[in-house]
Amino acid sequence: MVETALFTILAVVTVITAILVIVQRNPVASAIYLIITLFSLAGIYLLLNAQFIAVIQVLVYAGAIMVLFLFVIMLLNLEREKKIITRHRMQKVFGVFLGIILLAQIGMVFNSVLLEGSKGTFPPEKVAALGNTQVVARLLFTDYLLPFEITSVLLLVAIIGAIVLAKRQI
Amino acid sequence: MISLSSCLILSSVLFTVGVLGFLLRRNIIVIFMSIELMLNAANLAFVAFSRFLNSMDGQIFVFFVMSVAAAEAAVGLAIIIALYRTRETVNADEVNLMKW
Repeated sequence: MVETALFTILAVVTVITAILVIVQRNPVASAIYLIITLFSLAGIYLLLNAQFIAVIQVLVYAGAIMVLFLFVIMLLNLEREKKIITRHRMQKVFGVFLGIILLAQIGMVFNSVLLEGSKGTFPPEKVAALGNTQVVARLLFTDYLLPFEITSVLLLVAIIGAIVLAKRQI
Repeated sequence: MISLSSCLILSSVLFTVGVLGFLLRRNIIVIFMSIELMLNAANLAFVAFSRFLNSMDGQIFVFFVMSVAAAEAAVGLAIIIALYRTRETVNADEVNLMKW
């Protein structure tokens, strides 16, 4: 009962702040609302028994990525950009139209496919007994070791790419 | 008790909000935030399926999605800085050298 109430509150907060992200004129306000969205998503992850993912969400998303966003917004002088008026008026109409079609399509897909699959080998009780982080770590360093190592290469490429792109001259 | 379908509804609504932001806004930084919203919607679907199908693979995937999102944010924001340096704008409509 408490879970459902908490989930409803967090879901409403998530959707409202997500809508505020895209309607705000000021990018700093957008970023702040996005941080609230990410925090409430972390709360939903906690309700779904994904403690590790919830902590990572706060650390990586709300912490690192959003700070990077705010940093870049502060770095650029965006006063002129606040009054961007789109020259293509039909774009808004088509955009909303396409968004509604997309939502209907996603709903139809979720409605038509069978959401019950064969159950995996990690029921919530077993995960709770072992510890969520421990289970994730064991899988990450055994079954998913190669993707995990490739991720480190990806991050290295991202570091090099960011430096090369943002530097005035190399 | 939270049901799988309520999580999926929230996920699809979040994804649609992200797509709308991507289509409607002209500020590249806000477009970028919309991409983050879409990634988070996908993450929520992953976590929900992992919870209700008794499998941990979804959470591993979320881990990878987050590292890709971090890399994407770093490179994308570097591109925005480089763009602002050369064009003095973050309006997506004014960045049209490669459009035609």
